[in-house]
Formats: sequence, C-alpha cells, structure tokens
Amino acid sequence: MYFPVAARAGSWSRALAGSVRFAFAFLAAFAVFAAAGPAQALVEIDVTQGNVEPLPIAIPDFGGPGGDAEVARDVSAIISSDLRRSGLFRPLDPASFIEQNVNVGTPPQFGSWRPIGAQALVVGSVTRQGDGRLRAEFRLWDVFAGEQMLGQQFFTTPDNWRRLAHIIADAIYERLTGEKGYFDTRIVFVAESGPKDNRVKRLAIMDQDGANVRYLTRGDSLVLTPRFSPTRQEITYMAYSDEAPRVYLLNIETGQREVVGNFPGMTFAPRFSPDGQKVVMSLQQGGNSNIYVMDLRSRRTTRLTNSPAIDTSPSYAPDGSRIVFESDRGGSQQLYVMNGDGSGAERISFGPGRYSTPVWSPRGDLIAFTKMHQGRFMIGVMRPDGKGERILTEGYHNEGPAWSPNGRVLVFFRDTPGASGGPQLWTVDLTGYNEQRVPTEGFASDPAWSPLLD
Amino acid sequence: MMQMGMVARGFRFAAIVAMVFTLAACAQTRTDGLTSNATPGSGQDFVVNVGDRVFFAEDQSTLSAQARSTLDKQAQWLNKYSRYTVTIEGHADERGTRQYNIALGARRANAVRDYLVAKGISDSRLRTISYGKERPVAVCNDESCWTQNRRAVTVLNNAGS
Repeated sequence: MYFPVAARAGSWSRALAGSVRFAFAFLAAFAVFAAAGPAQALVEIDVTQGNVEPLPIAIPDFGGPGGDAEVARDVSAIISSDLRRSGLFRPLDPASFIEQNVNVGTPPQFGSWRPIGAQALVVGSVTRQGDGRLRAEFRLWDVFAGEQMLGQQFFTTPDNWRRLAHIIADAIYERLTGEKGYFDTRIVFVAESGPKDNRVKRLAIMDQDGANVRYLTRGDSLVLTPRFSPTRQEITYMAYSDEAPRVYLLNIETGQREVVGNFPGMTFAPRFSPDGQKVVMSLQQGGNSNIYVMDLRSRRTTRLTNSPAIDTSPSYAPDGSRIVFESDRGGSQQLYVMNGDGSGAERISFGPGRYSTPVWSPRGDLIAFTKMHQGRFMIGVMRPDGKGERILTEGYHNEGPAWSPNGRVLVFFRDTPGASGGPQLWTVDLTGYNEQRVPTEGFASDPAWSPLLD
Repeated sequence: MMQMGMVARGFRFAAIVAMVFTLAACAQTRTDGLTSNATPGSGQDFVVNVGDRVFFAEDQSTLSAQARSTLDKQAQWLNKYSRYTVTIEGHADERGTRQYNIALGARRANAVRDYLVAKGISDSRLRTISYGKERPVAVCNDESCWTQNRRAVTVLNNAGS
C-alpha cells in the first residue's frame, strides 16, 4: 500500500536575516501502513460558523525511543500551543491519554483514543541524524474513521526547530479547516521603552507567537507604522531621522535603508500594493494630507486624492483594483473606497462615531478598522460596501488592526491609561470570541503580519 | 432651589481655578529656575515672557482668541529679534489614531505658521513638523492632560547663539 505524503517543496533561502539559510528536504513518500484510499474524513472544522466549537485533538509528546527527547517535547508543545491559540482546537490533557507509547511508525490503537474524546490524533517524532540535522515526521489521524489524514517528513538544521513546529501546526490546521494556516509567520512591530513622555521606539520583528525577537533599529530616531512587503523581505515604515519625517524602505536581510520618493513634505502611513511593486502613502503639504502612490521600479509617483482634508491610511484590495482610506472631508474621520487610480471615491462607513486605519483583508471579503465612539476605541470589520459592520473588541483604547495572511485573525495594539500605561499586542479572530495577548518583553504597538514564510 | 444653583456655580468656578493652577504649575516646571528677568531677546525671554505654545480644542486646528493673542506676542517678538528661525511643532493628544494624529498635528502647526506669516514673519524663517501623539508633555488620563498635549510649540532653532 502506498500513501502519498504532502510535499512542501522548495528551499527557504529567502528566510530572514541573511544568516538564516536553510533548506527543508523532503521524502517524496512515506512507506505507509495505514488504510489506503481517499480519506473519508469525519473530522473537520467548519470555520464558516460564527462561534466555532474547538476540535478536541490529542498531541502526545513527540519524544520517543531513539529520539531527541528535549527538542521533540518542545516541538510538540509548540504545535499544541499554536493550535490552542487559534481557538479552533482544544488540545487534550496528556494525563488523560490511555495509550502511552504511540509510535509514528505504527498505527495507533484508535479504541484507546475515542473514549477520551479525541477526534484527531497527531503522532510524531524528532530525531537527530548522523550529520547533525533534525529529522521530524508526523502523522495526523482521524480517530473515528481510523484513517490517516496526513503524513509528512522534514529535515532541517537544529536551530530551525521552532519553524519546524509551526510548519507542522500549519499543515494540521490546513488539513482540518480547509484554510491555510498562519503559524509559520512573523510580526513586525514597534517595541517601546522608557517613560510615556519620553518613549524610545524601535522596529522589531518576531515569530507570530512572540519568540525570536530581533530589533531592526537602535531607537535613536522615532519610528512608526511598519508594514511587510507581500513579496520581499522588506518593510516600509515612517521615521523621524531626517529634516522631515519620511516613509522608508528597509531590507530586513541586508539592513539597507532608503527613502521612498522625493516628496516636498512629510510622508506617512505607508503600505505596499498587493504585488509589492508600489507603496501607497500620505503626503502632508500646508496642513492638507493627500494620498500618493509610488511605483518602486519606475520611481514614478501619482497623486490619488486632492482634497482640503486629511486623507490617510490607504490600503489596497488584494486584487489591487481599489483602495480603502480614511478622510475627514465630510467633517469627521470616515472610511472611503476609491478606484486604484483615485477615481470614484465613495464613503462606506455610516455608523455613529469616527472610523480610522482601514485595512483590506487578504481574502478581499472584509475591511478591518479602528472605530472611536464616546471615548471607547474598538476594532471591527465591515464588508467593502460598508454593510455588515461587526465590532470584534472594544475598550479604553484598541487601535491599528492588521490581518493574518489567511484573513481569519487580526493583530492590533491595546493601550492602557495613565502615566504607567502602555500598549501591548493582542490578536482577535473573526468570531470575536478568541482574544489572545501576543507576549512581548516591553510595550509594543503598530503590529503588521508577514505573509506565510517560504 | 436658588441656593442649589449658586452652590453648583461656585463649584464650577472652583474647578476652573484649579485647572488654571495645574497649567501654571506645569509652566513653572518647564521653565524651572527661570524668571521674568530673563535677558530680553533670549530663548528664556521667549518662553517665559511671550509664551512658546498655543492649545487647541479636541480634533480642531482653529486658533482660539487666547491662541491668537499668544501668537500676536510671538510675532512681535520674532519681528524684533529677527536673527531667529523657528520650528513649529504640532502635537495631538493620545485619544486618536496614530496616522490621523500625525496629520492633525501638521494642520495645527500650519495654522500657527499661517498666522505668523500673516503677522509679518517671513515664511523662510518658519519650518513645521508634526509629532502626532508621539510627544506628550502630560501623561495623566483625563482632559487636564489632554488639553496640554493638544498644542503647537514655537521652538527657536538658534536660541543658544
């Protein structure tokens, strides 16, 4: 019997920081013992529901005979943590497990997993090769059908063990939800330190779960609103390091930095186009802020709005055809959608309060925003036609949502009042029921999510 | 009933007095050790005897009568001491979103610049910058601090010379 193994092809040579160069090799297939045939999966998560009941999943420790016990335990713990934080899975307490010695090479005794309520079972191992590399393999079992749903094997250098865990968690997430995962991703943000009236702000990047923090600037100049390129290891952000504050590009592998465009005033609120070839931003002149776009190859700039108002926070639709932005042209901050060439602007937000920082979902179906009303700051979503507004979280101060690459989770910052207060990063999913803090060492703001790494 | 009304008015008056005290105390801290005896034409003179900042209502960039009065004095002083160039810093309070506040701070700085130009200060001596909500001077969590942060500050660039 032969059971194909999903392959994650290609090298990761474009991964972060130049120093990190590695490649995951694959086995084309596993020699397999499980039941053949297309998996008639009984276990699946319907993510289209409003409030999802998390799926009970058993993830026994990957450490086993002959394995690298410590790394293996950590890998399975991270897989478990990723899936739990998504709100779509409920990893079961290992103390409840009846079958103790599961082995990736032999089918589990399904009868011992059904009584504890496990609907899915992940069995895996991590071993160290003769050449020092890690070899990881796992199988995802449908406990009730008694069938394998997925089996994969990876080789990598030991320093990539966390990414290994995130990749496995993404594979499990995708197989069980039908949507791409978002665990093997990073978040760029502004790390804040010092007292409120003298904050030091540094650009920083970390894994989506808060691990592996790396600082990209030293804190000698004020930096704000970093955004990931959808196509390159590059971010665009605003910095106060010159005569006038400006939008910059920073290559996070080489550290090379450049000013975006040659504008006659302050530029701010930058964001990449979906193809990564353009940066759209605001230019301030004489008290008015209008939206401009610069083509990074031709260096040509185009003015998109021309109003005696504050037009800012532009964000492209995923197909690049339209741009959502905020403007106070009607008297207060509201959301507008215009065509990519700046024509046909129409207001889409009409609820009570002010709307700001719109950002188009990578799936195209929703626009997330900050809403301010009666001294409360909320994160919400609406459809691109302005209908179907839903508030996902509200409180003293929530600001600046950014989408996970699969369009299911928003990361934002939540500030606390007073002299000792400060911002921290949180995520909320589209149900609004699953809020999680993203751990950072100090205060943190202006998060933006990377695409899935490759 | 009459008496109730009187009492309430009395309280409101007390609150206004208290707020003035807060602002005055703040101004004193800023100019610690300085007095109105500052050398005429010095940076101290500008801050203490003219007033280096004006304040704005929430989400507004229009100049109040008090702000115009301060700016009249600034214009007079800058006309007299023409060796100075200045940077006008626009600021916003923390109760807004970051990008919008950067734009709002720019609007406030430009309102001050336009006023000073109208009062005869050469545009070439004036530069504006907005810090949005990034540089608060007061950090408490109520209106008494937010009013101090919604400001435009006229900073002398070569006050040391």
